[in-house]
Amino acid sequence: MIDEAFGGTVLSKILVGLKRVVDYNVRVRVKPDGTGVVTDGVKMSINPFDEIALEEALRIKEQGATTEITEVIVVSIGPADTQQQLRTGLAMGADRAILVQTDSPVEPLAAAKIFLQLVEKESPQIVLLGKQGIDDDNNQTGQMLAALWDRPQATFASKVELEGGKAKVTREVDAGLETIEVDLPAVFTTDLRLNEPRYVKLPDIMKAKKKPLDTVVIDSLGVDTAPQFKTTKYEPPAARSKGIMVKDVAELVAALKQKGLA
Amino acid sequence: MVAKILIVAEHAGGKLNPSTAKCVACASSIDGAQIDIAVFATDGAAVAAEAAKIQGVKTVLTVNNAANAEPLAAVLAPQVVAVAANYTHVFGPSTTFGKDLMPRVAALLGVGQLSDIAAVEGAYKFRRPVYAGNAIITVEAPQDKKLVATVRTASFQAAAQGGSAGVEVANVSASLPSHTRFVSRSAAATGRPDLQTAARVVSGGRALGSADNFKIIFSLADKIGAAVGASRAAVDAGYAANELQVGQTGKIIAPELYVAVGISGAIQHLTGIKDARTIVAINKDTEAPIFEVADIGLVGDLFTVLPELERVAG
Ligand SMILES: Cc1cc2nc3c(=O)[nH]c(=O)nc-3n(C[C@H](O)[C@H](O)[C@H](O)COP(=O)(O)OP(=O)(O)OC[C@H]3O[C@@H](n4cnc5c(N)ncnc54)[C@H](O)[C@@H]3O)c2cc1C
Ligand SMILES: Nc1ncnc2c1ncn2[C@@H]1O[C@H](COP(=O)(O)O)[C@@H](O)[C@H]1O
Repeated sequence: MIDEAFGGTVLSKILVGLKRVVDYNVRVRVKPDGTGVVTDGVKMSINPFDEIALEEALRIKEQGATTEITEVIVVSIGPADTQQQLRTGLAMGADRAILVQTDSPVEPLAAAKIFLQLVEKESPQIVLLGKQGIDDDNNQTGQMLAALWDRPQATFASKVELEGGKAKVTREVDAGLETIEVDLPAVFTTDLRLNEPRYVKLPDIMKAKKKPLDTVVIDSLGVDTAPQFKTTKYEPPAARSKGIMVKDVAELVAALKQKGLA
Repeated sequence: MVAKILIVAEHAGGKLNPSTAKCVACASSIDGAQIDIAVFATDGAAVAAEAAKIQGVKTVLTVNNAANAEPLAAVLAPQVVAVAANYTHVFGPSTTFGKDLMPRVAALLGVGQLSDIAAVEGAYKFRRPVYAGNAIITVEAPQDKKLVATVRTASFQAAAQGGSAGVEVANVSASLPSHTRFVSRSAAATGRPDLQTAARVVSGGRALGSADNFKIIFSLADKIGAAVGASRAAVDAGYAANELQVGQTGKIIAPELYVAVGISGAIQHLTGIKDARTIVAINKDTEAPIFEVADIGLVGDLFTVLPELERVAG
């Protein structure tokens, strides 16, 4: 989508995934009957990595530079209540929101297929997702979308630099930092150090109420969302055996010696 | 039905990453599994020779291609898919290498992925942590589909050496994209043990206060032959490099000894160390949550405790 009138500037949209998850400050507990985790009355928030994704999209749009982003669209797949998180995204600065509504949990492959449908409709240059949802800790959706879309992926991004139709992305890998160059359009997934998301101000919350939030019925997308995996049991993690307190370094070293560690 | 498991080898600089032998250990706990390893490289001979020594492996396949000089998921995935045709399971490690690659493989195969296998209950039944390890779920996968999964390396002891698998060169025809290009990698060569495999780890948190102060963590670590880790707060503040971060979004580790210094014990940090054999916590706050999981706790100021400990330790 090179628009000659803008001297080769790329005009486009960014699609951002916002997943509704149990807030990261909540100490999640398994239900006594092992059928899931307690979510009743528990605070729900935007997945922290997705907040970072949205912040990055907004910064790219604000910068202008060689990639002229005209619109930042936040997308969530979830129940009706997810409107809250999308409104927060709009208050942060997104231009419009799409809720793909469903009451059933959606596995990453199905989420990727849904994102692909929206990608085909909106033709974004960039899709920004979090590296993982802090609920299921899957870390899959972005990579799957990139595969289905047959486009590049730059996962675990800690720095994104756009240059025309390309992006240079620094990625947090086990060995340190890796930089790759990808052609756009592409999928980026965010790591924690990419940026620090802005706070939402009260007037922005008011303004966000007027921004468009479209609801799409999941079935209308023609995507098979039947789960492939079956979770049969939830259990709390094995408790560690009770430790001891020592009063000084000498006692600490003695305790370590006893365990054969000093 | 016999499980035929393909493991994607992780390697760098001509050396096999220990995560591969951990994937073999996981695969070996599936009854009667036949296990092969695939090495994607420009010339995978040396890595394949190492992989062939892992016990329990039948065949090591090398897929040589100049395009495989760096592990780019978009380039590797179509090749993994081509090799995977004859397998029921495809496993990779849940390191950044495997996390990047395997979902792309799964999607190309049209199947979902099971992330972070922590225990095997059957060829299609596994346990894995969710919610930063606050819950462990048992998951069943469909038997009529290929199972793509990542293995939580901290949950498995590396399979032993002493095997003698056959090594074969596999020819793969797959069209590879040019839209993704490697630019550079910066890794601090520290000469210290690797955080992910070290038997001992000393970690520092926000309490260290500066990069300069953080040197006392390095110094204690060197004294006891330990790797160095850090909390996210310490990394964010620039006291320690990002690859040292331990936790939900950093590295998940299982050393014999973990020493947490000036770290409060946020759930996101604890999930990274819950499989450590012995946790030592040094913190000046009696109420710090780290003491709830510590095997040995010492309430005190790290700036007096650490120099003392360094003097007597080692
Ligand atoms: C999505 C998400 C993912 C995250 N992932 C990770 C992760 O992977 N890893 C991670 O570590 N964190 C992660 N975090 C951050 C985590 O929630 C905590 O903020 C972080 O672990 C705190 O680091 P800290 O313990 O060093 O700092 P603090 O919580 O500030 O603790 C400092 C501790 O030092 C003690 N102290 C202070 N002075 C001294 C002294 N002189 N001597 C002794 N003790 C002293 C204090 O009592 C306190 O307990 C994540 C957060 C989010 C939202
Ligand atoms: N239901 C969803 N709604 C919106 N975004 C999602 C959803 N599921 C996954 N994503 C996006 O994909 C990222 C990775 O999720 P996961 O693969 O589930 O760990 C998240 O951080 C989101 O950006």
